[in-house]
Amino acid sequence: MTFFSNIWRNEKSREIIVQIIVLFFLGWFISWLVMNVNANFKALGKDISFEFLFIPAGYDINQYLIDYNNRDSHLRAGIVGLLNTGLVAFFGIILATVLGIALGIIRLSKNWLASKIAYWYVEFTRNVPILLHILLWHGIIINTLPHPRKAISLGEVTFLSNRGFYIPKPLTESGIELVYLFLVIAIIFSILFAKYCKRKQDLTGIQYPVFWINFSVIFFLPLIAFFLSGMPISLEIPALKGFNFRGGMHMSPELAALTFALGIYTAAFIAEIVRAGILAIDKGQREAAESIGLKPSKVMNLVILPQARRVIIPPLTSQYLNLTKNSSLAIAIGYMDLVATLGGISLNQTGREMETMLIVMLIYLSVSLSISALMNWYNSKVKLIGR
Amino acid sequence: MKTKMLLAGVTAGVMFAGSVLASTLDDVRARGKLNCIINTGLAGFAAPDDKGNWTGFDVDFCRAVAAATLGDADKVNYTTATGKTRFTKLAAGEGEVLSRNTTWTFSRDVDLSQTFIGVNYYDGQGFMVPKALGVKSAKGLDGASVCIQTGTTTELNLAEFFAGNNIKYNPVPIETNAEAQELYKAGRCDVYTTDASGLYATMMSFDNPSDHMVLPEIVSKEPLGPVVRHGDDQWADIVAWVLRAMMAGEEKGITSKNVKELAAKDNKDKEINRLLGKDPLQGLSKLGLSPDWAVNVISQVGNYQESFEKHLFPLTIKRGMNALYRDGGLHYIPPIK
Repeated sequence: MTFFSNIWRNEKSREIIVQIIVLFFLGWFISWLVMNVNANFKALGKDISFEFLFIPAGYDINQYLIDYNNRDSHLRAGIVGLLNTGLVAFFGIILATVLGIALGIIRLSKNWLASKIAYWYVEFTRNVPILLHILLWHGIIINTLPHPRKAISLGEVTFLSNRGFYIPKPLTESGIELVYLFLVIAIIFSILFAKYCKRKQDLTGIQYPVFWINFSVIFFLPLIAFFLSGMPISLEIPALKGFNFRGGMHMSPELAALTFALGIYTAAFIAEIVRAGILAIDKGQREAAESIGLKPSKVMNLVILPQARRVIIPPLTSQYLNLTKNSSLAIAIGYMDLVATLGGISLNQTGREMETMLIVMLIYLSVSLSISALMNWYNSKVKLIGR
Repeated sequence: MKTKMLLAGVTAGVMFAGSVLASTLDDVRARGKLNCIINTGLAGFAAPDDKGNWTGFDVDFCRAVAAATLGDADKVNYTTATGKTRFTKLAAGEGEVLSRNTTWTFSRDVDLSQTFIGVNYYDGQGFMVPKALGVKSAKGLDGASVCIQTGTTTELNLAEFFAGNNIKYNPVPIETNAEAQELYKAGRCDVYTTDASGLYATMMSFDNPSDHMVLPEIVSKEPLGPVVRHGDDQWADIVAWVLRAMMAGEEKGITSKNVKELAAKDNKDKEINRLLGKDPLQGLSKLGLSPDWAVNVISQVGNYQESFEKHLFPLTIKRGMNALYRDGGLHYIPPIK
């Protein structure tokens, strides 16, 4: 008896005992769930099998980044969906980041009107559910833009209609290799030049306009190659044929609506994160930077933002994760993402709810964990290094 | 010790899960209501009327099952389901009958572990277009944007039809019929495709139905019928014979008007007597139904013809394949003996 009471009185062993008990109940609960599912499946005469992944899907998908037709397998349909999820998340994250940082800085501006506009943007946007944003944007595109036969034409090469946006598609011809070669040379030159200038500045304090020089090199060198090799790029211009535009590059209304909605919604949260990050920097830092005569843009870029970044990145990561997961609301407007293909049509055609949902959940989990890992790596790069 | 407790807990959990399974009929009787899964809204088949009551051809079938099992056609709880959620809802026990223009196919019958008990509407997939488009045949739809309900057999038929005719299309997937209407009206798609019955129902709900047309091609066989879960043969038999009783009503001229009168007298046609409980029908007690089950169905809901004419004639749908065999249709029911 004394042995047990001694163990219980010892803080260390007590903690371990409590943890064992909690772990035991957790394990018991999970295995109960699994066994229950198994028993119910048996009662329904169903089994768990992943063979359906390899039979032909039979349905078509309107947007695919890799080759796909309805004879391909459910697995491939799922990958097409996953890539579509990735595409909208990628566009959405870029839009949200650019817009969010701009709004966060504008919000702190001394200009009353600009700051108030940013304020109202944030308050209006983040207090409306994301699903409504998606439906609203989709509704706007579908109902206000004209039918393809009356599409709005921008210079006869780009067309806006309620079936989506069509832009010319660059097609490469022989001789393009020279342009690529010059581009690579330009990029290598820029990197070396930037390093050289940095060393020069460290040693002597002399500054070169690195950005403008590198920009010109990267832009003009391939352009010269382009003309030298006889303009080996032609444009495929979308043209109205029958019911729809053919040729060119096409952005469907669903993809556009989803990108706008996710980007604009998440930008409101990012704006607040950026504002908080900037405000977290002691005003002495700004005053000190100004006192040594730095321009306002240099104060922001060299002193405030590098420090604010440390505060901004962890919450920014969760916004990126939110955006990626919110993209599964695509189903509301029929954008063929992972949930709509593997977790939707495949589920329905094969009746394998458990299996498809498990796969979809695991994929979202690994995508989220990868984004987290990437952002954690970036965070460790910029965090304060103790000396 | 730990493993033993774990096993005990698991066993208890499994036994609990197992004991839930009882006869479907007993469940319905104990609850006093039938749970029926129907469409989220398709005029003629299942749609709320101006008082908010569900009405339609598929709804009538729910009412008929309630009339046969509970004696009152109004004792139904309706659960709506999209094309995607319907089988999951049925499997999860959210309803005892799925009466939602569901196509009978091999894999749904066999692989999804459910039982199709018959066909109450022979249908086929068609295409609806605005007349202004100037299209006369589905083969002229090359490059068109096609609105399509996801999770249905139409999706697969569509892919096969276009691939078979070597023409391209751009699928625009949508969840419900209501969303499809919105997108079609907004011009997001040139064509709406679903079962022809659904197309007529959708067209009649437009402001100007005559501006639209259904193309002549019917590209698939869509035998639509009620579905129940696998594993309870008694319940499957009940639901199957309710459907047949409605058709027998039409065949024998028993209507909601004259059913009480016919049930009271001795008819020359003994099949009428057996159906209406005047003469004994061998095996009826095994179904757990009272002798007046068919009287309840026909008096409260009507026979097949009455239900069809009431709900589908306003949509300009003709009997066609859905006439009885003797009138040149496909409905041919086993004898009531």
